[in-house]
Amino acid sequence: MELFDYSLFVSAIRMVSPILLAALGGALCARVGIFNVGLEGLILAGAFSAIVGNHFTENIFLALLTAVAVSVLVSLLFGYATIHLKSNPIVAGIAINFLMLGLTTFALRAIFDVKGAYYNKDMSGLPKVDIPFVEDIPVVGQLISGHSPLVYTAFLAAILLYVFFYRTVTGFRVLAVGKNEAAARSLGLKVTTIQYGAIIMSGVLCGLAGAQLSLGQVTMFTEGMTAGRGFIALVAMMLGQSHPIGIAGSSLLFGLMDALSIRLQGFSMPTQFTAMLPYVITIIAMFFLKDRGSDSLAGQHTSR
Amino acid sequence: MAHRLEMRNMTKRYGEFTANDNICISLDQGEVLAIVGENGAGKTTLMRMLYGLEQPSSGEIILNGKKVSFSGPQEAISRGIGMVHQHFMLFYDFTVAENIVIGHEPKKYGFFRRKAADEAVQKLAEQFKIGVNTAKKAGDCSIGEQQRIEILKVLYQGADIIILDEPTAVLTPFEVDGLLKTIRFLADQGKSIILITHKLREVMKVADRVTVLRNGKVTGSVHTSETNADKLAQLMVGRQLQKLNERDSISGDILLEAKGITIGQKGEKPELDRVSLTVRHGEILGVAGVSGNGQSQLIQAITGLRAVQEGSVRLKGQDLTEENVLARRKAGISHIPEDRYLWGAAKDATVEETALMGSQRNPKYSEKSFIRKASFRTRVKDWISRFEIKTSSLQEKAGNLSGGNLQKLIVARELDFHAPLLIAAEPTRGVDIGAMEYIHEALLEKRNSGDGILLISSELSEILALSDKIAVMYEGRIAGILDRSEATEETLSVLMAGGKQHDATAKTS
Repeated sequence: MELFDYSLFVSAIRMVSPILLAALGGALCARVGIFNVGLEGLILAGAFSAIVGNHFTENIFLALLTAVAVSVLVSLLFGYATIHLKSNPIVAGIAINFLMLGLTTFALRAIFDVKGAYYNKDMSGLPKVDIPFVEDIPVVGQLISGHSPLVYTAFLAAILLYVFFYRTVTGFRVLAVGKNEAAARSLGLKVTTIQYGAIIMSGVLCGLAGAQLSLGQVTMFTEGMTAGRGFIALVAMMLGQSHPIGIAGSSLLFGLMDALSIRLQGFSMPTQFTAMLPYVITIIAMFFLKDRGSDSLAGQHTSR
Repeated sequence: MAHRLEMRNMTKRYGEFTANDNICISLDQGEVLAIVGENGAGKTTLMRMLYGLEQPSSGEIILNGKKVSFSGPQEAISRGIGMVHQHFMLFYDFTVAENIVIGHEPKKYGFFRRKAADEAVQKLAEQFKIGVNTAKKAGDCSIGEQQRIEILKVLYQGADIIILDEPTAVLTPFEVDGLLKTIRFLADQGKSIILITHKLREVMKVADRVTVLRNGKVTGSVHTSETNADKLAQLMVGRQLQKLNERDSISGDILLEAKGITIGQKGEKPELDRVSLTVRHGEILGVAGVSGNGQSQLIQAITGLRAVQEGSVRLKGQDLTEENVLARRKAGISHIPEDRYLWGAAKDATVEETALMGSQRNPKYSEKSFIRKASFRTRVKDWISRFEIKTSSLQEKAGNLSGGNLQKLIVARELDFHAPLLIAAEPTRGVDIGAMEYIHEALLEKRNSGDGILLISSELSEILALSDKIAVMYEGRIAGILDRSEATEETLSVLMAGGKQHDATAKTS
């Protein structure tokens, strides 16, 4: 077995999507001046409710919808705490993370009466999309065809978000809110509405990210299955300076590291060691880009 | 003919305190109305009510003959009232054009037409003869340019009545002239301008009428053609102002000696380039210059806030170059910082705590690391009454004081260290005339007692009134040092704009 081959990159692309989706959600929040540390909890909520939706409706589309709805609800809780109650977003975000860790574990026992993980072979996961013609192209076909629809959604979302931020009037106003909230208010922009909008969208994106985790590869939910991906997404967001295309790039890097760490296990490296890889990269990346990360919350820094 | 705007019997009470008491003003088309008054006289409150930021306790606003009431700025804007805030409301990462059109962006199917925005702004700028570079980022613009962006923004929103809140406080003399011309031009185009200020010279230059406020009441409403600056000052302060007198030079031994101070990144143009100056006992050395020419770095180098690459700082012969801020303060430097919020006070600390800063280790006020507030409070109360600092209590947050009152508190604190050298950076920025007079007197008194003062100010009148010697800074260097006797506004202006000392003196001689 080789260390680098196509399948490594194929799995990298698969690994990217939850990180990318969540990071885009985080970027939306960052752009309106809210640092959403609760991504991890939002993804976990999405992952769990996707399984719940799948179990009860046996319909993959409804399962996705459940994931999104639940994540949005949780994100609204975060939004209410930070916008209305003006609590510190870091504290509120961490609270959301632990709340969701506990709640999903509890609900897992309450609903499915199992501990640790729930798996049911009758549940169907997300379908694979084979892109006509593209799938026949050697190498490229292998790489970009045959993923779950959410993988494509993630990359599409990055492009759409880019267009939204830099081409539309609403996107322009979203950016304005994050850059200088006081000025935006003085112009009569609906700051609170815009902030809620961003938080709800981050709920949608994190819900999808969770669904990709629990329904994308193997159809199962395990306690704390996000395993820090929400935080990796935060880092990806900061490295990408909350710029959608930048985030796509940094997410790819982390996806690759994720895939690599799994691959390395095949080389009889201890899992505990390989699981460190993404985080080591995070620290190294932070070191090289130390001046950049803070730009994602640029509003607070450049406004005087 | 009905006035374009009338505010009748406006009263605003905050609990017991009456900020505005039965104030009436009127404004016609094409007119420039100046509203002058000291800090806390109620100018800002009045304008906040007009702009919909505050609701009046009683009184009515009549716009174009119709009674109106605004629940928020958005409504005021939609009725043609625009405000240029003292602190600019800009997005520094956005371009000039984006900053101007925001809120009313030209669009097509929800997409932002940046080109159209650019053109619209260009057209507007030409129409009102206000020069801006639409493609530049607002953050890269000078303060004067940023103000022009604000004015254009208000015009773009369709304002007929433009409120300018202390617009000249942050500008250089040259920029002030430009602004006054713009104001006049806008008025000639039929706009009505309300100018809030306490700089009477500018009022006399540009305004048609003046309304003077004191303690929330109108003390006079006159045509500028029928009054002069002295009369206005009397109306504002309620008493005759004293003139600063000429004085004898009493300068003694060298107190502060800065030699060849250089600050900057390697390979870049130094921010401070071999600056040398001396301050003697009994001398005020004024440092003039357009802000941003190295004055801040000079202050930071002398107070120890920033390390120098080259050069030395000596106080009474003692080398302080390697010492930290505390050691320098102990050696005898006190410092009224230029940015009172950044360096001078902690916004969330109380008035009392702000006053205590720097004295917390003084054995008079602390014992075994516990602070003895009682003994200190009498001190602070004394400052408050002497400088007429308006605060609800000693426990009020410093950030809630008005800028002028906070400044007075800081000045009182720094003077009370009785240090031989006082560095006074913009000591009267944003302070009203009465307090300015008091601060100036205090500075002179300190000088007369034999202490040295390094005065950094962007107000030429202040520099000229107080300094024994004047150093002018330009692009990180000392462009020239003049004696009190040879310095005039013209000679200084030439040096400030980068001219040579020779040109400066030649021109006026």
